[in-house]
Amino acid sequence: MRTGIQIQGLKKRYGQGETAVDALKGIDMEVSSGEVVGLIGPSGSGKSTLLKCLGAVIDPTAGQMTLGDEVIYSDGWNVKDLRALRRDKIGFVFQAPYLIPFLDVTDNVALLPMLAGVPNKEARRQALDLLVALDIQHRAKAMPSQLSGGEQQRVAIARGLVNHPPVILADEPTAPLDSERAMTVIRILNDMARQFDTAVIVVTHDEKIIPTFKRIYHIRDGVTVEEVGEGKSSALLPSSTLLNPNQ
Amino acid sequence: MISLAGRDILHSWGKFVFTGIGLGLLIGVTLTMAGVYRGMVDDGRALLNNSGADMWVVQRGTLGPYAEASNLNDDVYRSLRAMKGVSEAANVTYLTMQVRKGARDVRAMVVGIATGHPNGTLGWPPYLVAGRQITRGHYEAVADIATGFNLGDQISIRRNTYQVVGLTRRMVSSSGDPMIFVPLKDAQEAQFLKDNDAIWQGRHRTENNPSFNRPNVPGLLDAVISSQSTNTFVNAVLVTVKQGYAQRDVAEAIRRWKRLTVYTKAEMEEILVGKLIATSAKQIAMFLVILAVVSAAIVAFIIYTLTMDKIREIAVLKLIGTRNRTIAAMILQQALALGLIGFVVGKISATYAAPYFPKYILLVPMDSIAGFFAVMIICVLASTVAIRIALKVDPAEAIGG
Repeated sequence: MRTGIQIQGLKKRYGQGETAVDALKGIDMEVSSGEVVGLIGPSGSGKSTLLKCLGAVIDPTAGQMTLGDEVIYSDGWNVKDLRALRRDKIGFVFQAPYLIPFLDVTDNVALLPMLAGVPNKEARRQALDLLVALDIQHRAKAMPSQLSGGEQQRVAIARGLVNHPPVILADEPTAPLDSERAMTVIRILNDMARQFDTAVIVVTHDEKIIPTFKRIYHIRDGVTVEEVGEGKSSALLPSSTLLNPNQ
Repeated sequence: MISLAGRDILHSWGKFVFTGIGLGLLIGVTLTMAGVYRGMVDDGRALLNNSGADMWVVQRGTLGPYAEASNLNDDVYRSLRAMKGVSEAANVTYLTMQVRKGARDVRAMVVGIATGHPNGTLGWPPYLVAGRQITRGHYEAVADIATGFNLGDQISIRRNTYQVVGLTRRMVSSSGDPMIFVPLKDAQEAQFLKDNDAIWQGRHRTENNPSFNRPNVPGLLDAVISSQSTNTFVNAVLVTVKQGYAQRDVAEAIRRWKRLTVYTKAEMEEILVGKLIATSAKQIAMFLVILAVVSAAIVAFIIYTLTMDKIREIAVLKLIGTRNRTIAAMILQQALALGLIGFVVGKISATYAAPYFPKYILLVPMDSIAGFFAVMIICVLASTVAIRIALKVDPAEAIGG
């Protein structure tokens, strides 16, 4: 399988001198295209910091990140325009859908290609294709406030996918949803990952969905990333351990 | 690229429209204030233009007759007529007072004009909208329609009653009071007419004065009392200059040979605009500044609030790769849209409200254009606070943690 995203020895230090805090102390991680992996760990373990580094929102201190075949970070960013990197190479799905309330469903999804310079008509066509794939095309003209939580999250997933990024970062995408809708979202993420050949990293505390991942990366104190073997881990681990591995 | 600002406005149009209406009423007040100033200037110019004069001859060393009191003997005009370059000269008096009609009274400027000229003379209202000019030497009046008087109305000035025989329009004093034209003799009398008790006491005082009541000079007392009972003064002489003569030269000749003060139209306009209404103009300017600051504060507050309501969305927009300039443009366009709505509402409200003001409101198109650009500049400046906040939003806020 092709590598979607690869991280080697990623470090992040906040502050300087005696007050410095090492949030990430050397993260190794690899997610293939078309694969959905879970990223779990207790509060303060460094999940959000890792997500922000992967999302090119904050600068790592050291390490290497590769998107597809392109080394985007190697002890410094190799790309000049991080904004364009986020727009074209990284999809985001958030805990809350955070749809733009004044745009309808189609334009919420089409906004990204529009920002990338795609003509409005073509961008809307791409958005509609994705809405069809996510089976939400019947709400294409609805405003976000008219959608249910599950529908909003599907639109958010469509927005994350619309530019066909090599990686999608999903931050607690099922947190506000009930079990049934949470499972639906994870199924959609798996389907979309395969369909669009996208690597998906799902940060979660949601015990309902942890057993669904074939691979889980487990961050502990920002020091290491434990890779739990494919097909076994999550269902076997007691939930308390998953939430607080130090216990 | 779709217009994010436009979509946001359409999405929350009620908030925008009602805020715009509120802002618009404020802008309407601002435009009206500017109109008040323009109206005052126009009133002054109307006063000068309607008099038909090229020059005003007044008491030496005064800024009369509009800005200061001025008294000239009423025969001065004869000698002025004889001067080289003078085409016409006519006496005129001005007296601002309450003119009564039945139980109500109206503040008006009573203008005494020389009668007896079939084709009119200087100081006469240049046109009438109804009725006729004054043809008799006493007790007839021509009133501006702003007084509310009608043809045939009987009006009281001092102890005399006048019949309104003509109506005119836009004949106002520099302070906007409508004019009432009466024959010169009546106006002279009205300026100095005292009540009966005061006249009696004056005569008694004169009789008791041994300088005037000399037993061996018969007729002296009657002559003195007679001179005290009549007014031979006017406030100014209006002068027109013959074609081919320079106003400056004619004015200089009058100053030199008649020892009087002369103002040309330009000089009189400077007195009216530069001195008489200068304080009012400064007052209005202060109000305009305050209103502009209040408008800016309102726009800034509204745009700030709207932006703060969208902080999370802005973080998401920045996270997914929206350029700062796109976000700044969205906020700026919203501020400008608010200003545009406000200006349209303000302009309409000022236009429709102006006729209901007691004083003349002159809404000049150039003021509206300047006001429009001022509103837009204020909106741009007011949006800078919100733009700064938006640009400082960390895209990481969308991720949380």
